[in-house]
Amino acid sequence: MLLNQFLLLSAILFSIGVYGVIVRRNGVLVLMSIELILNAVNINFVAFSTYWGPSGQVFALFAIAIAAAEVGVGLAIVLLIYRNRRSINVDELDELKG
Amino acid sequence: MIQLLAQAGQPATTFDVPANVVFAVTAVAMVLAALRMVTTRNIVHAALWLVIVLGGVGLNYLLLQAEFVAITQFLVYLGAIVVLFLFGIMLTRAPLGVSDDLDNVRHRPLGAIVGVGLLLVFGYSLIETFGGEELTFAAYERAAEANTNGRTQVVADTIFGDYLVPFEMVSVLLLAALIGAIVLARRD
Repeated sequence: MLLNQFLLLSAILFSIGVYGVIVRRNGVLVLMSIELILNAVNINFVAFSTYWGPSGQVFALFAIAIAAAEVGVGLAIVLLIYRNRRSINVDELDELKG
Repeated sequence: MIQLLAQAGQPATTFDVPANVVFAVTAVAMVLAALRMVTTRNIVHAALWLVIVLGGVGLNYLLLQAEFVAITQFLVYLGAIVVLFLFGIMLTRAPLGVSDDLDNVRHRPLGAIVGVGLLLVFGYSLIETFGGEELTFAAYERAAEANTNGRTQVVADTIFGDYLVPFEMVSVLLLAALIGAIVLARRD
């Protein structure tokens, strides 16, 4: 197996995730796209850990834990927005505009 | 035959066909599922396509011989995070069934340009830097010499040795996230 096949797969998933973050307007779908990006990064960590020892796997585990925390808080924020505005379309949250 | 069996017991080193076939199948499935996830017009289907991508990532960890991370991926992502997403969809009363309201149609060209541009930059730099470099699993072989309980012991030693303080910080962060989610989602 080549190292690059994992890195390129991860690059493709990362780019698709960025597309999702930009295009989606439903808050839950934006969070899902962010999960895609985080997973792409984890593939890179684990692929490089075959070269430079187990630190990469440890960082992947940390990233998984932090992604779990991020989803928990993110969904709580989305629920709060839904409760206040009856909608979770992220492009309608424009009250900071002057 | 004996030679084949002896090979099967060794850690996979360079070019081996079955691993590449598994990789090709999972990679195609993951890319297609990810594309459907960001383009589908049914929000529940998006969550289910995400399951395929996350499972494929777990299989990739297995191909890279990182069993502990793979099992964690299956437990945490498929077991917990997808369920959280489905609860989020349910609680926000998202439109079940086909809906045209999920995409910001104006941003589609921008998203496509940014996505393809990022992919070109990444692809060019990765191919320039790593070219046809083979995965040697050099670190794993070094670790296998050092102990007898496989690679998971090395990961455990690293977490509770070099990375003990960050590990404790992660547990504090998870506690903070738990309390924060309760405070945010609580009805007063």
